[in-house]
Amino acid sequence: MTSANAAAPQGGFFSFLDRAHTVAEPGFSRWMVPPAALCIHLCIGQAYAFSVFNLPMSKLIGVDHATPDDWKLTDLGWIFSIAIFFLGTSAAVFGRWVEDGGPRRAMFASGLCWAGGFFFAAIGVYLHMLWIIYLGYGVLGGVGLGLGYISPVSTLIKWFPDRPGMATGMAIMGFGGGAFIASPLSVWLMQKFSTPTHIGVAETFICLGLIYLCFMWVGAAIVRVPRADWRPEGYTPPVVAQKLITKNDVYVYDALKTPQFWLIWGVLCLNVTAGIGVLGQASAMSQEMFPGRVSAIAAAGFVGLLSLFNMGGRFFWATISDYIGRKNTYFCFFVLGPVLYALVPWAGSLGNVTLFVVFFLVILSMYGGGFATVPAYLRDMFGTRYVGAIHGMLITAWSMAGVFGPVLVNYIRQYQIDNGVPKAQAYNTTMYIMAGLLVVGFFCNLFVKAVHHRFHMHPEHEAEEAQTEVAAAGDPAGA
Amino acid sequence: MANANQSASMTVKLVLAWCFVGIPLAWGVLQTIANAMTLFR
Repeated sequence: MTSANAAAPQGGFFSFLDRAHTVAEPGFSRWMVPPAALCIHLCIGQAYAFSVFNLPMSKLIGVDHATPDDWKLTDLGWIFSIAIFFLGTSAAVFGRWVEDGGPRRAMFASGLCWAGGFFFAAIGVYLHMLWIIYLGYGVLGGVGLGLGYISPVSTLIKWFPDRPGMATGMAIMGFGGGAFIASPLSVWLMQKFSTPTHIGVAETFICLGLIYLCFMWVGAAIVRVPRADWRPEGYTPPVVAQKLITKNDVYVYDALKTPQFWLIWGVLCLNVTAGIGVLGQASAMSQEMFPGRVSAIAAAGFVGLLSLFNMGGRFFWATISDYIGRKNTYFCFFVLGPVLYALVPWAGSLGNVTLFVVFFLVILSMYGGGFATVPAYLRDMFGTRYVGAIHGMLITAWSMAGVFGPVLVNYIRQYQIDNGVPKAQAYNTTMYIMAGLLVVGFFCNLFVKAVHHRFHMHPEHEAEEAQTEVAAAGDPAGA
Repeated sequence: MANANQSASMTVKLVLAWCFVGIPLAWGVLQTIANAMTLFR
């Protein structure tokens, strides 16, 4: 610790962000790290609740009705899409930067980008220029999302070598939970700032930006990385080699050359595609499959329940994966998922709302579980050293699924209705297609084997990397 | 003695950190559950 601090870059206002200044002092509890990660993920999880602004932003000029000069809902929908696209892109591009500089620098930068996105969006609303919101919340905020999403992952895995699934599951659960806080908070703030002649969206954006900046910087302040020689008390790394848990590291760009990376990419993409389409259409689907029995208010409650299970599934399944293994956890998703999807039309034909709800709650818990289990799966395959950067590149699977999932559900439904299928049955084909996607995911997961030793880092490669790290971030021994 | 102080201080920090994230999250979850109850009425 002392040597780490002594060798840390001195001077410079931002030196406190360096990895060397983030090394934990003796007596530090590793249980401080999950709340630090949650500070970030609870804030960036707001992205899932952005739709609460869509309707108010479509009436900024007319206030109680939309005028021809007001923004259209279809144009506003692009804000979320751009943000998710830049989440995936920035996670892939900046993964190595995040890994090299340590979690504090990444969390600090993520806070700046995320809050900055809100401030720019407020200016866009004030000036009524949509392109400023696209650039602000979409691009800048999207970069904040990407940086924030991956920033605590490898740190948590290093602090919890005995329970990496649970640790990353806890953080990624926060991303699912952020919407629960943001949605009612945003509605409440808009009510406070609105007058009979004005909708308080810009003011709400400024408030949210300030709140998120404080929250995320608290996370950045309390996060720590363990010393190189640190082990949890009473923990001894397994002596007997486990087939699917490597003790070696794979260099970040070499991981891309392995079939394992692309198979896990497929596993994540297919699992997310199946879930995300349903999540986006859940309200309409429940009302159309049970006409006259599920009201709009009840459907909103259904969506809330789905989000709750999406969040809970992240912690539950990721924790389970520490005991049964990552591959077996995904087997659960890819066996149980197709069965449940195939049973949904049956529940609809019976008119059994409870069965329908239960099926989807389990499906959505596995959707969240897929997100939360994947960092530990990557750790098992590629080692701890570059897991954050590799995870960043894998997030592109999410961006891809974010496009495919909703398109599949929407277009197939429309095609069915255009061909005379009653609305109550228009989702049946989609359910069978989703089940089929998960069966493909089953085979991707089946083919995942241990990474070939030729991809493992060699001593000379590690020495080169160590030199780069010394130049970039001070004393790597302390990290 | 110094160790005991350090340990007590860390416990306080832990409680504060978990409350900092746990209270808003619990509030949001309760709001969601309250809204979701309409599904079963």
